[in-house]
Amino acid sequence: MNDLFNSFMSGPDESGRFGIFGGRFVSETLMPLILSLEEEYEKAKTDQSFWDQMDDLWKNYVGRPSPLYHAERLTQHLGGAKIYLKRDELNHTGAHKINNVLGQIILAMRMGKTRIIAETGAGQHGVATATVCAKFGLKCIVYMGAHDVQRQAPNVFRMRLLGAEVIPVTSGRGTLKDAMNDALRDWVTNVRDTFYCIGTVAGPHPYPAMVRDFQSIIGKEAKVQMMEAEGRLPDTLIAAIGGGSNAMGLFFPFLDDKDVNIIGVEAGGKGVNAKMEHCASLTGGRPGVLHGNRTYLLQDDDGQILEGYSISAGLDYPGIGPEHSWLHEVGRAKYVSITDMEALEAFQLSCELEGIIPALEPSHALAHVMKIAPELPADHLICMNMCGRGDKDIFTVAKHLGFDMSDTEGRVAG
Amino acid sequence: MTRIDAKFAELSAAGKKAFVSYIMAGDPDFDTSLAIVKGLPGAGVDIIELGLPFTDPMADGPTIQLAGQRALAAGMTLDRTLELVADFRKSDDTTPIVLMGYYNPVYNQGVDTFLQKARAAGVDGLIIVDLPPEEDSELCLPAQEAGLNFIRLATPTTDDKRLPTVLQNTSGFVYYVSITGITGSAEADSGDVGPEVARIKAQTDLPVIVGFGINTPEKSRAIAGIADGVVVGSAIVALIGEGRPVAEVLDFVRTLSDGAHSI
Ligand SMILES: Cc1ncc(COP(=O)(O)O)c(C=O)c1O
Repeated sequence: MNDLFNSFMSGPDESGRFGIFGGRFVSETLMPLILSLEEEYEKAKTDQSFWDQMDDLWKNYVGRPSPLYHAERLTQHLGGAKIYLKRDELNHTGAHKINNVLGQIILAMRMGKTRIIAETGAGQHGVATATVCAKFGLKCIVYMGAHDVQRQAPNVFRMRLLGAEVIPVTSGRGTLKDAMNDALRDWVTNVRDTFYCIGTVAGPHPYPAMVRDFQSIIGKEAKVQMMEAEGRLPDTLIAAIGGGSNAMGLFFPFLDDKDVNIIGVEAGGKGVNAKMEHCASLTGGRPGVLHGNRTYLLQDDDGQILEGYSISAGLDYPGIGPEHSWLHEVGRAKYVSITDMEALEAFQLSCELEGIIPALEPSHALAHVMKIAPELPADHLICMNMCGRGDKDIFTVAKHLGFDMSDTEGRVAG
Repeated sequence: MTRIDAKFAELSAAGKKAFVSYIMAGDPDFDTSLAIVKGLPGAGVDIIELGLPFTDPMADGPTIQLAGQRALAAGMTLDRTLELVADFRKSDDTTPIVLMGYYNPVYNQGVDTFLQKARAAGVDGLIIVDLPPEEDSELCLPAQEAGLNFIRLATPTTDDKRLPTVLQNTSGFVYYVSITGITGSAEADSGDVGPEVARIKAQTDLPVIVGFGINTPEKSRAIAGIADGVVVGSAIVALIGEGRPVAEVLDFVRTLSDGAHSI
């Protein structure tokens, strides 16, 4: 039984706060819409027909439940903890993003909205949104940083095939933060017919809680599956963090299981140091207000937001969902960072040992598994969220490994 | 009574509408910006809105986004903006100054520190776009306590049910955003705006000033005819962005203020 007063699962409060984090820092134009979204979501939450529809789509359209897979050779190779991968990369569209998109799009339709907008970094959320919009015949516009349009070209083409309009965003450094700014600008302009489908546990209340709830299917399944496989809960959960949605989805159902260690992995880029060439908001930032919520942010002395840097477009965001900031401050979860180089190494190891080409985002999580697993006993159970597949990243990885993709002989350049 | 309240009392006694101008503090650099600000009252500006540069201005269109980037590139900060205000106050102790921007730089400095410094510099009011009434305890209430006006935006999506919430802790004036959108985009239509202003005035005694989408002397005049005043921003900022000399910018401001004052 959960003790409600000591529960880590009772947030946010009615003003949308997790401790001091979260809230509703948006312009007045959006405020009425956010309140009506909250109302609609509260209604849906307790409406069995909503969840019946979600369950049906999760099963028959997404392919849930995703397997909990014992990575035997990885376990052997690292020589310590027993490693399980939660295989959300097997979902339709290749990542966890669609879990959340389905929920939001159904809500949008319940609210009578006909035009869907989304921001995307790696393109996975954009592809998921374009996919679900195609399925339901809704107009879809995706904002994507111009820099990300370049490094995630396959996903841009996918979105266009699915009938979405992809708008490259050139302001700022042309990454996820800038895409989110332009999506918010679109929303303010077209507020009456438009639903903003946010791709992570950020934004104004109720988004962080709502996205978490939709992604929690990951953790709920993992819990049942681990009980079936091992007869007990895992000892450690590990997930990568961009905005933090795949991580919140895995972590949330375990928050009150006090013996379960929880570790979030941020993008360390070229290293978490004064040069700020990373996206580790918790390890290298401090609390601030951006994109509708208070959370840890990369910022300078004047409170200007820094751009951040990561090899992984999906982690390239200077903030983090507010619930993670809270879990960090109360100490329920621990947050670490992994560099580009470490992630690339993990990427290759997963390909070689498990026949799984991971996305660069979960490669960060895997790199941390590689760090800690060897020191842990064989009966220590690790559950890592393999939240996306790496097809979208092969060009980036090829470049970093010096592999010339245009060379039909497949020679390594240089 | 703040300088804003005094200004409206004066305008109302003279039967005049308010002309409010917006420029970005520090755009294109500190000195030019200060020279423009110093010239605004002489160009017929009743209230000066000064934009606080921010990297992520989510309610602004490209014109003001670029102005913020120019200011930041030239080394503008929140503290430098307050210095600019203090410098202006040396020669003008009556024209109200309202800072308009986003919450993070203020939060980062610390609300109490900021309010103290702003007050000392001679700031009269604040418009913080990403602080709706739901977040009043953050800055709105402390600001009123410190003797600064907190000016709220009302928008076309603020319905009658919500309007009292928006008006409750507003002071100085109410800023009616004439369009759903970002700065510098669609053009305000005085036909749509009239009934909206009346709707707001039915619920408050505060002056109602209309902004967003006003970019010509004719629009300035038309909107001044149906509200207590008008705000022009992007159209002025665009000229600064083109690198026009200070005198030319001020001449343009004069045509806008003449429009509003011809009512
Ligand atoms: C596969 C994958 N993992 C992780 C992320 C990061 O997002 P989040 O932290 O919200 O899960 C992304 C974002 O694009 C992604 O595509």
